[in-house]
Amino acid sequence: MSLFNVIDVAGSAMNAQSVRLNVTASNLANAGSVSGDQDKVYRSRQPVFETFEKTLASQDGVTGVRLTDIVESSAPLNMRYQPEHPEADENGNVYVSNVNTVEEMVNMISASRSYKNNVEIINTTKDLLMQTLSLGR
Amino acid sequence: MELNVLAHHEQALKFRASRNEVLSSNIANADTPNYKARDLDFGAALKSARGEGISMKKTSDLHMQAWKTARHGAELKYRMPTQPSLDGNTVEADVEQAAFAENALQYRASLAFLDGQIRSLRFAIKGGD
Repeated sequence: MSLFNVIDVAGSAMNAQSVRLNVTASNLANAGSVSGDQDKVYRSRQPVFETFEKTLASQDGVTGVRLTDIVESSAPLNMRYQPEHPEADENGNVYVSNVNTVEEMVNMISASRSYKNNVEIINTTKDLLMQTLSLGR
Repeated sequence: MELNVLAHHEQALKFRASRNEVLSSNIANADTPNYKARDLDFGAALKSARGEGISMKKTSDLHMQAWKTARHGAELKYRMPTQPSLDGNTVEADVEQAAFAENALQYRASLAFLDGQIRSLRFAIKGGD
């Protein structure tokens, strides 16, 4: 029954989008974190999505989403001269994480809209299935 | 012979369920880089159901069909985006949502027709009331 596949497909998308929302949350939470050591500073993380063919589905064109990786951004860190800071290195510099707050807010809105879209898909499909079940009563 | 009408709408339901699957895959992959949106053409499915579809002439049982992605006589086709995006994704949320809503409505219409047919058959069997 192909309508059941729709629920799987939309479910996989909801899963991927909720991971994206989680990553955005941790980026925003760590947006202001600083360190004197460049290797210890929090770097912005981004999820990578990929299309995958559902193995159970017999037909082409039924594709869900899966998360393949979460990559750390290679954008340059923000350096600040602050010799009084307890974390400052020997030159008096501290490094601030490279999270772009504006980008993350956009990511958050985009992820929540996509999530809602998929919820609507599941609701509509559920309605269709229920109506099909009550056919001829 | 009355039951043939049920068969028509059964086929329509199958097509609509299939298209629902394809459209929901498009919406699910709205943020996946390089995903290409696809759709099924009702006109092609209708033509093939009426035996008007174009197909290769087979002279041997070993010959394969020209395409493997046919669903109820309709080929899966790639959608032409009106505003292509930089990441190679061709899903346009508004277009897909409109198509999804239309398809769900058509599914409900087929269900209503089927329901009416079953009702009138039952009416005939019971002899009224």
